[in-house]
Amino acid sequence: MPTKVIAGKEVQVNDEGYLTNPAEWTKEIAIEIAKEEGIELTEAHWKVIDFSRSAAASNGASPTLRTITDGSGVSTKELFGLFPKGPAKKVARISGLGKPEGCV
Amino acid sequence: MKNFVILGAGTAGTMLVHEMLRKLNPNEWKITMVDKDDDHFYQPGYLFLPFGLYQPKDVVKPKHKFIPGSVNFILSEVELIEPDKNQIRLVKDNQVLPYDYLVIATGADIHPEETEGLKEDGWRQNIFDFYTADGAAALGKFLQKWEGGRLLVNVVENPIKCPVAPLEFLMLADWYFSKRGMRNKVELTYATPLSGAFTKPTSSKALGGMLEKKNIKLETDFYAGSVDTSRNMLVSFDERELPYDLLVSVPTNKGADVIKRSGMGDSLNFVPTKKDLLQSEKWENIWVMGDAANIPASKAGAVIHFQADIVVKNILQHMKGKEMTHKFDGHSLCYIESGYNKAVLIDFAYEQEPIFGSYPFPVVGPFSLLKETTINHWGKLAFRFMYYDLLLKGIPVPLPSRFSMAGKVVEK
Repeated sequence: MPTKVIAGKEVQVNDEGYLTNPAEWTKEIAIEIAKEEGIELTEAHWKVIDFSRSAAASNGASPTLRTITDGSGVSTKELFGLFPKGPAKKVARISGLGKPEGCV
Repeated sequence: MKNFVILGAGTAGTMLVHEMLRKLNPNEWKITMVDKDDDHFYQPGYLFLPFGLYQPKDVVKPKHKFIPGSVNFILSEVELIEPDKNQIRLVKDNQVLPYDYLVIATGADIHPEETEGLKEDGWRQNIFDFYTADGAAALGKFLQKWEGGRLLVNVVENPIKCPVAPLEFLMLADWYFSKRGMRNKVELTYATPLSGAFTKPTSSKALGGMLEKKNIKLETDFYAGSVDTSRNMLVSFDERELPYDLLVSVPTNKGADVIKRSGMGDSLNFVPTKKDLLQSEKWENIWVMGDAANIPASKAGAVIHFQADIVVKNILQHMKGKEMTHKFDGHSLCYIESGYNKAVLIDFAYEQEPIFGSYPFPVVGPFSLLKETTINHWGKLAFRFMYYDLLLKGIPVPLPSRFSMAGKVVEK
């Protein structure tokens, strides 16, 4: 399993840059990955990230777009404003969760 | 007498009832099945309706013909499932149906009303679906007279039933318009919320390459937010616009309304289910099969065939108070029609994405995986006969439920 140093911490990642162990995640890592995605994290972003981390902790899987909008109170439109192009994937990556599991 | 109840007499419910009937002692168990109507649709056949390859009569038969006479088959809407009381309330005669074991096999359906503008004035005018028999037939009528233009195929959101169907539709459309000598008048575009033609890397690349060869444009990461019918424009949440003359939509798929009414579903009315045991996450005398479950497996008939075996064995162990030892591995097998009497076959599971190789099917096989061949196409056509005559009736077919790597080629 490849590792990568993000925000001064060595973490395990997969080929696509998703953390493979959510426990290794820190807020600093989130800020760093968000920067790579061209996103400056605001309070609105953190609301989504916090929700997604707790959803993943209880379900064992990264939340889908619909789970995020239904559960966090952020509308789909707003979510696309916060995390443009593929918010579910970006949220998962920034939140230190696995890539959302697509059913084949 | 104890009660074994199955909700839904579609592919999953029907396959299961034959198995349970063989296994349960008739002096101990009464088996009841409930469905809202008596039409058993062969859903894979919908794909062939728009192109005149099948007629509507080819894809429907009465459900009761496939249900053994000793089963108590009730035609009624289900008002409510009350899992904490182990009972079901039916609309018909306000019946209350108690159960000791319940199998939920209520399927999934399309919900175009979830997308702004989709089911409004353009619906069935120049916007169609092919996930219902009447939608697919209406699209067929439209295509006969269509003179060409921009044909846009869009998947609104995942999961959908038969995730390969939109790709098949596009490739069959390419063939259909070529045969009619008008392919040069039709622009084919596929807009998908995925980042490629398909979900997993190897198949996404292989299938994406096929689309490219057939001159089908691909618009990825496209999350449809609304349809502007005044301008014939599909608009994404991030404000990308795709024009169409004909929009073929795969709308949001959701589980049955009764799941929602009963407070048993997730945000799409799919029932939270243990992905290996196929037992409800919350109630230990409830099992969930097929499209109704929230598990990350394909919503497809072949998957159900592989699940049935696991569900039956687990239920029997559970009834005896034994540990459940049978685990579903997410096994799925799909033929992908690619036009010109050819098809591609993919075989995969939770932990193994579709890859190249061959599928060892006794007598008629092997079938090539992820490659276009004519024999794969015949396999697909043969499936309709196998479906009604063998699979539904629980007659054994040589398709093992466990995923196997035999014949598959792993890239180094």
